[in-house]
Amino acid sequence: MSTTAHTIDDPKRSIWDGGQSPLKASYGKLMMWFFLLSDAFTFSALLITYGLVRSAHPAYDGAADAFTFSNNYWPIPEKVFEAVPFLHGMSLPLVFVGIMTFILIMSSVTMVLAVEAGHRMDRKNVEKWMLWTIIGGLVFLGCQAWEWSHFIHGTDGGTVMKFLVNGEWIEKTIFGANLAVNQYGPPDFAAFFFFITGFHGTHVFSGVVLNFIIYYNTVTGVYERRGHYEMVEKVGLYWHFVDLVWVFVFTFFYLV
Amino acid sequence: MATADIHITEETHHDGHEHDHDHHGNFWTTYIFSTDHKMIAKQFLITGIFWALIGGALSVIFRLQLGFPEAQLEWLRPILGGWITPEGKLDPEFYLALVTMHGTIMVFFVLTAGLSGTFANFLIPLQIGARDMASGFMNMLSYWFFFASSVIMFISLFIETGPASGGWVIYPPLSALPQAVNGSGLGMTLWLVAMALFIVSSLLGGINYIATVINLRTKGMSFAKLPLTIWALFLTAVIGLLSFPVLFAAALLLIFDRSFGTSFYLSDIYINGEALPNQGGSPILFQHLFWFLGHPEVYIVLLPALGITSEVIATNSRKPIFGYKAMVGSILFIAILSFVVWAHHMFVSGMNPFLGSVFMLLTLIIAVPSAVKVFNYLTTLWRGNIRFTPAMLFSIGLVSFFISGGLTGIHLGNSAIDIQLHDTYFVVAHFHLVMGSASFFGMLAGIYHWFPKMFGRMMDAKLGYIHFWLTFVGVYLVFFPMHYIGIAGYPRRYYSFTNYDVFNSFSDLNMLVSIAAIITLAAQFIFLFNFFYSMYRGRKASANPWQSNTLEWTTPVEPGHGNWPGEIPTVYRWPYDYSKPGAKEDYIPQHIPFSMTPESNLPHENDMIKLEGDEAKVVVNEKK
Repeated sequence: MSTTAHTIDDPKRSIWDGGQSPLKASYGKLMMWFFLLSDAFTFSALLITYGLVRSAHPAYDGAADAFTFSNNYWPIPEKVFEAVPFLHGMSLPLVFVGIMTFILIMSSVTMVLAVEAGHRMDRKNVEKWMLWTIIGGLVFLGCQAWEWSHFIHGTDGGTVMKFLVNGEWIEKTIFGANLAVNQYGPPDFAAFFFFITGFHGTHVFSGVVLNFIIYYNTVTGVYERRGHYEMVEKVGLYWHFVDLVWVFVFTFFYLV
Repeated sequence: MATADIHITEETHHDGHEHDHDHHGNFWTTYIFSTDHKMIAKQFLITGIFWALIGGALSVIFRLQLGFPEAQLEWLRPILGGWITPEGKLDPEFYLALVTMHGTIMVFFVLTAGLSGTFANFLIPLQIGARDMASGFMNMLSYWFFFASSVIMFISLFIETGPASGGWVIYPPLSALPQAVNGSGLGMTLWLVAMALFIVSSLLGGINYIATVINLRTKGMSFAKLPLTIWALFLTAVIGLLSFPVLFAAALLLIFDRSFGTSFYLSDIYINGEALPNQGGSPILFQHLFWFLGHPEVYIVLLPALGITSEVIATNSRKPIFGYKAMVGSILFIAILSFVVWAHHMFVSGMNPFLGSVFMLLTLIIAVPSAVKVFNYLTTLWRGNIRFTPAMLFSIGLVSFFISGGLTGIHLGNSAIDIQLHDTYFVVAHFHLVMGSASFFGMLAGIYHWFPKMFGRMMDAKLGYIHFWLTFVGVYLVFFPMHYIGIAGYPRRYYSFTNYDVFNSFSDLNMLVSIAAIITLAAQFIFLFNFFYSMYRGRKASANPWQSNTLEWTTPVEPGHGNWPGEIPTVYRWPYDYSKPGAKEDYIPQHIPFSMTPESNLPHENDMIKLEGDEAKVVVNEKK
């Protein structure tokens, strides 16, 4: 309708006056943003819960060298997460999870490149970078599976722990971890580890599924026919969010 | 006449694109899997009414126990079966299930889904001038998740161990341990599954409402011209979006504690002669997580009702709403404060008294925006040409409940007085008035007011008056005596008080409350008859029966899919130009340009004429 080329100098008219998208984003993108905001609250609730329960447990206050696992205090994460595949018995604190984190962050980079290729309507490159993103996600999930499996099976020797059962102290050797008991520390340590990394892993998994759908649609030319690659952008937002959450999970579980 | 002018302007805007094509689907696409926001709103409304009846019936059953503790309830056996003991009494555990399910149903299924679901769906596109919600498909999913949630919650009423019975707040360890009470078995599991689905439904609905209000407003509909209903529904959706996920997290952790042996909320428990192995968790933690949702939830329930009331009171007082900006500001302020007051539900949980005083201060600040709203309602009514339609009566009733229930909130928000009043009937009286009955009245006001738009027919006003007076008097008779009972120390959720001499003196008051509750519930059947009878046999509605200013009344009497047959009207003025000095009529709808009303324009509005027709000018080139 706007055939006239006025300059917009009247203060009374603004982009918020209706009839258009004031944030210059489609409703789908807005919905994704608001969904992520909501999801951020879910993760915040879980991480704050973790922080509160952890602070309610006594911390280990001896020398770091003399650290042994016990259900009397919260473990030092570096002593728990020190295994790397094929290097059995070596103490490599946080090396493996560092690799995992690097892979996930790199998959965010490839996602950015896919979105950028989408802006240029460059189908070949969208396909390429989406594929790398999917691979990154799958490798991360595979690493997590190995880490869980190692966490569940535990160390060779296990930990001797004392439990009060119906008024009597009983000593038991615990190997690895499940949701009720673990060899690394108080029961809540493993429970939170499984719950929060599992909840994040579920997000990564659904992200990989979404990425694959996008990849499939790109390959079959759905977005080319549609004339824009906005879906890549929307799913990209989700993928970056999942990465960002991992940074916090990583900080809370492995670094602090 | 102004309505005649409306049609002239509409005709001139015709530029035949995508209208008048009929969307006549079959029965399934029209009524069941509809993506039309109006049909989805009706689905929410009917489901909400169904739940309100169930919730109301449950409350009457436990009121029978409280009001007539000696009565023989053998006659309820055909309905309640084994929940009536061989002695003809209500089973004490079932009593707990009744109060739990009454709370859950009323708070979530009636006053959240039934109220927000109905009116956000119905009013947002119609009042902002949109053809539908941003995503009709997600809107449909939102209803069907709610439906699935409803089915599961309904099934839980019929299982052998009974529905959840740990109170609607489902505090662990009671709710976490099946050996604690029957209701914490399968009933609690179904409760959690139903609520998880409910949260998904509210999330799908919420992001849709928000995206629609931001992106789909018609030309000229700036936020400053939004009707207050939309402001309220918009901010309600934001509150829900930010608080429900926390309940989701809390519920997931509880599910793990119940079913997978974790100890997030459990520690040091000795039950039935056995020490549980759970160590290290904290039940107080659950309370924090729960009330981080639970308190905003109060405003999720109340704000839509306040928004509806603003609209109904302004229309039927034939006056602009007093203090539009103050109204918007107070909704916004309430929405923000609702997130920082949750621990006032936990003053007696052993929290640090200093923290208690911080939460007390923040809580009492809510009195300020609430009082602003009450003041604005009263000043809008003041010297107005009041039309006492049923919707108007229910809105005034809401203001009355909001005042009388809000005043006791100031007592309860005080952390010292709360020690005496916590978990007594005083609390029950307080929140049933201020958020229960007030929101319920807002919902009824909304139904009476927008019924003509929903079904193209009018509800019977006389039956509406009878319904109003019986309900209004009934609600006060139910909840006012509870203040006295509560101050005397009567705790909530107790099956019986006849064993304690101190409480015997209140049995007559309890009897009065129960009789009033039965009459109030009975009065709702007048409404039900009116609702369903008018749907088919009511007087045909005119296009704008209340002579209201908002955009929904510019649609045909029964709008089809897409709402406006022609182009969507452009908005030029705020929605509250009632009784404007100099105007021909006592209302000027939002889509009437200032150039057509020179006789009533204020000086700055005359300047606005220059901008008319320029609505398309600022449209930034849409890339996508």
